[in-house]
Amino acid sequence: MTNELPPGLALQKVDERIMTLNVGPQHPGSGHMRIIVQIDGDFIVACDPDPGYVHRGEEKMAEYRNYITNIPHLERPVIHDSCNILYPYVLGVEELLGIEVPERAKYIRVIASELNRCVYTMYWLAIYGIFLGHSTMFMWPAGDRELLIDLLEKMTGARVTHAHFVPGGVRNDLPPNFEDVCLRQVNYFEKRIKEYAAIFYDNPILIARTANTGILSREDAIRLGTTGSVLRASGVDYDLRKKEPYDVYEELDFQTNVLKEGDSYARSKIPWLDMMESCRIIRHALQKMPKSGSVRVKLKPNPKGKGLDSVYKRVESGRGSLGCYIVSDGKPEPYRVKLSVGSFRNLIALPYLLKGEKLGNMPAVYWSLNYWPVEADR
Amino acid sequence: MSSDSDNEPIETTSDVTPASTKSSPTPEKEIELPKFEKDLADKIVEKFNTRVKVAFVKPDRVRINVGRDDIKEVAEFLRDVLNFDHAESVSGVDYPQDKEIEVVYHLGSYTDSSLSRQILVLATRAQREENPIPGNDATKLPSLREVFYSVEFHEREIFEMFGVYFQGHPDNRRLLLPEDWADLPPLRKDFAIKGR
Amino acid sequence: MLKDLITPQNANVFVGKLGDILEQAIDKPLGYAINWGRIWSLWPVHIETACCSVEFGAASSPRYDVERFGIIEAFGSLRQCDLIVVQGTITRKMAPRLRLVYDQMPEPKYVIAMGACAITGGLYFDSYNVLPGIDGVLPVDVYVPGCPPRPETLIQGCMLLQEKIKRMKARKFV
Repeated sequence: MTNELPPGLALQKVDERIMTLNVGPQHPGSGHMRIIVQIDGDFIVACDPDPGYVHRGEEKMAEYRNYITNIPHLERPVIHDSCNILYPYVLGVEELLGIEVPERAKYIRVIASELNRCVYTMYWLAIYGIFLGHSTMFMWPAGDRELLIDLLEKMTGARVTHAHFVPGGVRNDLPPNFEDVCLRQVNYFEKRIKEYAAIFYDNPILIARTANTGILSREDAIRLGTTGSVLRASGVDYDLRKKEPYDVYEELDFQTNVLKEGDSYARSKIPWLDMMESCRIIRHALQKMPKSGSVRVKLKPNPKGKGLDSVYKRVESGRGSLGCYIVSDGKPEPYRVKLSVGSFRNLIALPYLLKGEKLGNMPAVYWSLNYWPVEADR
Repeated sequence: MSSDSDNEPIETTSDVTPASTKSSPTPEKEIELPKFEKDLADKIVEKFNTRVKVAFVKPDRVRINVGRDDIKEVAEFLRDVLNFDHAESVSGVDYPQDKEIEVVYHLGSYTDSSLSRQILVLATRAQREENPIPGNDATKLPSLREVFYSVEFHEREIFEMFGVYFQGHPDNRRLLLPEDWADLPPLRKDFAIKGR
Repeated sequence: MLKDLITPQNANVFVGKLGDILEQAIDKPLGYAINWGRIWSLWPVHIETACCSVEFGAASSPRYDVERFGIIEAFGSLRQCDLIVVQGTITRKMAPRLRLVYDQMPEPKYVIAMGACAITGGLYFDSYNVLPGIDGVLPVDVYVPGCPPRPETLIQGCMLLQEKIKRMKARKFV
């Protein structure tokens, strides 16, 4: 592999004024990746993200396991959003095998997926808080997310790695009395997250640190192919739950949140607003869910696709659109599985956003991309 | 764990049927093709005639196979005329039997609200080498980075995972694999993982 | 008699022995105090290697609050840290960096291998880019199994480490 630096985006030629800094992988503001930045004084002139520290070869491993045994390891990239990362894979396998899912299972999936989105967002919010030096904002979300983890644990049996979605429905039915507990917890949770406005979103220090930093214009957001909260913070109304509704999202009542500013503050606010919508969705889904019925279609052992076929399914995860491209060749194992994840797609925006920023703003901009390095590396 | 159960009707005894992706212009059964998607496919065929092949038209998904020389032109047409403005995902698929590596672009649109459900699958194939020297062999394709900016990191990933060099891509460095990786590109089918 | 024992040839050995004896004499009364100081202020270094970091983060959250057991939240500067919790899968790209971080930490230092991946490779036993456990990279003190381990399990592992430190010789310097 050549070491020559490419033109344009890449690092500039080093002269005396410009210093190269490695941020990460051991750095409180980097997560599981390295960001090579070049600074002139306090300003970033160029930035080159270096992911891959958690590249575990999920896609290669998926070619050696059959459709069902792929489930546990395909959810590992985002264990705190495991329902959502499995969702497109499961939808894709269902289309390949031609399975129709029972109505109750669809509602359970939506509830689990929305709970999981909140769990993910709360963790992200906690880390965003601690990156900005706001310890209370680490403690509050990290404590409150345990409420929803309890619910998911009741539902699926595991704290974070649920492996709950299977082709043909969900693994288990809801436990008895789940609806009441869920409603109570979600109502409390919604009340609780509204209080975050006072300590975090209306906090002048936070606004000073995040507002007007890392501005991504609408055109750039589209051109770079960003997704999820990054895209919606730049004024593009694109949420797959509305635009390409899967399962029962069509019948549920919610709205998408769009902000126009495109700065770090807007990007950090969108997931928080989304959580309130998630609470609405959960309440509505609990109301509309069929009270009884089967939750899983029984499959033959080792299901196979029909000949050479390919399918691309996508859902809206906590980090944006999450696509899964499955190629089947009629064997019990998939021929190729590709996860197109929101984190990887948003990463491309990082060099653009950091150029010209102060180094101190780097954590605020970087983590506002709603980026989870483990998922990006797969 | 693979082939213990005897399969029902034997459609494909060989593992992959290369013919079905490449040379079946339209699905055999002409039952209620989705209207919008059909129009979309027709527009492309009208412009490029025989140079593109419509592999399938499914609800919300249209797939076109293009030769490697035409892909840039087709992509520009898709961007300028049909309003597809970003690439959602770029995947490589290795077909050792055909001696080809397929690169599949999934294109979407944010700006055109009528296309928001649609994914246009643009596929092309590069020649596959038995003993690859990534970057220095015949496994090359024109890069789409100038057309769709968002493919930048995806194409870098394909280069290291399959050894497909993208001509015109400004930054063909390594992305995810370790710096000292000297083995075959790992997602090729002839790269065997431990114990399998 | 002592004069017969010490000759120019074995003087070094004798002085070395004397050092040992002195250290042991100090270790008995002081070792307990030194170890007591160490076990209640374990500072983990802030390095995440894979997805177990989610549960590591949850262990510092108000519900589990690992701080009440004397393990402080992950800390940025590794010069002040004496514990490294390997949070999950070690890839081939991460392994040299992990060793580099370990080498830069001051003595004494302890290692907890958290999660199945850090112990044996776990779910990724046949992946091309994952090491089968970190035993070849770091000397591990405590293994915490699970995929991922619950925060309670991690806390138990930390307490096991504290038990272990209590029984270690405090004078061990490299």
